[in-house]
Amino acid sequence: MLLSDLFQMALYIALIVLLAPPLGAYMHTVYEGRQRWLLPVENVFYAILGTRPTLEQHWVRYALAVLGFNLLGFLVLYGLLRFQDVLPLNPAGQAAVGPALSFNTAVSFITNTNWQSYGGETTLSHLSQMLGLTVQNFLSAATGMAVAVAVIRGFVRKEAETIGNFWADLVRGTLYILLPLSLLAACVLMWQGVPQNMSGPVEATMLEGETQRIAQGPVASQVAIKQLGTNGGGFFAVNSAHPYENPTPLTNFLQMFYILWIGAAFCFLFGRMAGDKRQGYALFWAMLVMFLVSLGVTYGAEKWTAPAMPAPAFQADGNMEGKEVRFGVANSALWATATTAASNGSVNAMHDSFTPLGAVMPMFQMMTGEVIFGGAGSGFYGILLYVVLTVFIAGLMVGRTPEYLGKKIEAREIKLAIIALLAMPFGVLLMCSLSAFSSDALNAMQDQGPHGFSELLYNYSSASANNGSSFAGFNANTDWHNTMLALCMLLGRYVYVVVMLAIAGSLVVKKAVPHSVGTFPTHTGLFIGLLIGFVVIVDGLTFFPVLALGPIAEHMAMLAGTLY
Amino acid sequence: MLVRSIRVLLFFILMSAVTGLVYPLLVGFIGGVAFPYEAQGSLISHDGKIVGSEIIGQKFSGMAYFHSRPSHAGKGYDANMSSGSNYGLTSKNLRKLYEDRVAALKRQHGRGEEPIPADLVAASGSGLDPHITPQAAQYQAARVARVRGLSERVVNDLIAQHTEGRTLGFLGMPRVNVLKLNLALDALGQP
Repeated sequence: MLLSDLFQMALYIALIVLLAPPLGAYMHTVYEGRQRWLLPVENVFYAILGTRPTLEQHWVRYALAVLGFNLLGFLVLYGLLRFQDVLPLNPAGQAAVGPALSFNTAVSFITNTNWQSYGGETTLSHLSQMLGLTVQNFLSAATGMAVAVAVIRGFVRKEAETIGNFWADLVRGTLYILLPLSLLAACVLMWQGVPQNMSGPVEATMLEGETQRIAQGPVASQVAIKQLGTNGGGFFAVNSAHPYENPTPLTNFLQMFYILWIGAAFCFLFGRMAGDKRQGYALFWAMLVMFLVSLGVTYGAEKWTAPAMPAPAFQADGNMEGKEVRFGVANSALWATATTAASNGSVNAMHDSFTPLGAVMPMFQMMTGEVIFGGAGSGFYGILLYVVLTVFIAGLMVGRTPEYLGKKIEAREIKLAIIALLAMPFGVLLMCSLSAFSSDALNAMQDQGPHGFSELLYNYSSASANNGSSFAGFNANTDWHNTMLALCMLLGRYVYVVVMLAIAGSLVVKKAVPHSVGTFPTHTGLFIGLLIGFVVIVDGLTFFPVLALGPIAEHMAMLAGTLY
Repeated sequence: MLVRSIRVLLFFILMSAVTGLVYPLLVGFIGGVAFPYEAQGSLISHDGKIVGSEIIGQKFSGMAYFHSRPSHAGKGYDANMSSGSNYGLTSKNLRKLYEDRVAALKRQHGRGEEPIPADLVAASGSGLDPHITPQAAQYQAARVARVRGLSERVVNDLIAQHTEGRTLGFLGMPRVNVLKLNLALDALGQP
């Protein structure tokens, strides 16, 4: 058992290590405009906008284009949800979605969070799923990737003014990367049993005579992009635990792979854009080391720390509450680690029923702001934030002006970086504390004791980090939580986007300092160690106290046999 | 500014059409041609009636059938309302459920203090898990055989036939599809 568990995990890691570099290389050609097989389609988009890829933008214009385009996406999605009852493709006769839930859901999808306050099959029409959610799954992912590429340009270009054309980056990312890879995955998913139809619920007469209404819909197309684009919003309420979203171990493996693929590939895209592949590898290894530690803790906790339930009548191989038989403990722990390392947030098991220690690493990974591979694009500009701060600290230690890729990191960049670094504590600690005072909070918790607090904490971390997974026992579908969580999502997304573009804009005009013997190398094991240390220490100091109140207290209670 | 906004709006509409209509409809078309059974939800018909989906779990409470895992989807196996229990492991409610389930399983099967496979006591994440572990099927074999008047060997052979191993020999977990197993039981003759 243990051996086959470890083999599955090793294979997963090996595939990421092997297949992320070629995707990174391909993405490099895409964003450089060297892929031209969809040029006619590309040109239609540029003609409508009256732009050309060569018309590049200053960082302020780039940021305004991102914000404006996302605002438009929000308004359209909000409208679709509010009026879905009178719009076509609604075979199940779903009612219009209420204002607070529509606000929350629209924000959730434009920010690439895909937090589900709604229950897919009980709330949304097929039109809302396709023209609303699927569209934003593509566009929010393409937006994150575009911003990341623009930020990288800021780091690697010398004495330039512009950081690229947002529209061209958006169109190319969607057409050449997201659409073809999604189409491929959707076909594999259908082959394995994921449905793709426009029917309403099917009535089945079960063997014992009762009726079962089985929800249907265009599932495969939605699931493929939700994993690739690190969106995570499921067609069904239970997401990829649902047998229609994830029917076999093979679909499970494919989906897990898609969760990390683009995030990992960004490291290699970066290495190529910087003209120094070692820089990309260094960030990749740093992420991988943190990922492996998380995986080890989560798997170990789920496998060995589940309490003996009504002992001795229980033959348990780990904690099976909220897990599916076809995946077992190993694939559920691996998925939980991947989905919270990336800002994906889809689940194949119920995190709310994880062991207390099994939930610590998923929470901690979200609290870092999703930089361990992270979301499509967003993970990479997130880790660059930590890189800037790490070289700054390293520079202070040896008393030299910090540099990264030959660019001097100065007061302006550090001030900006600190603003972004505060976004997570603001969302997780402040907004969560505010909510803890609301009368809604206690009503929303399903469990008593420390686990109830863990529910609150997990969900505010998830929203702030744009993850979207949840402790689903918590009833977040109230006006208060829908609004507060939406604010956390906006904060977690756009503070990072604007700050990182500003840092890029400030770096892009600088000239490169020639490499000298005093230059601190940023591709070595020492730097990888420093970067990991910085992430762990800063986030550990910030969030350990609150983790102690939630899952760690719960673990102690569980060991003592206390029930709530 | 106005011209600019209209251009962006048109761009958004075209982008939505490509990703929100062309893409899912193309997937649907491929599914219709290449995987018609799967794309329609893997529905199983028996005597002209739809009896369920091959990959969606069902509730079985009669003693003549193998039972699925505990479910929190609606009132149990509601395929229009997927859900897990979402209880934390320090929950009194969860402990109560476990104790009740263990007691019921012991009463129904009369296997004394023999350990009970965990998946028969712990609820699945979706509430629609179509599978149980081979151990969970074997645990129920004697009861099913007794009620149906079959020999235990026949029932155990049936379980063995319906046990799916790990995919490609290493992916996922060994499992038994409860609906298919029960359909095969019925094919041997009604109880």
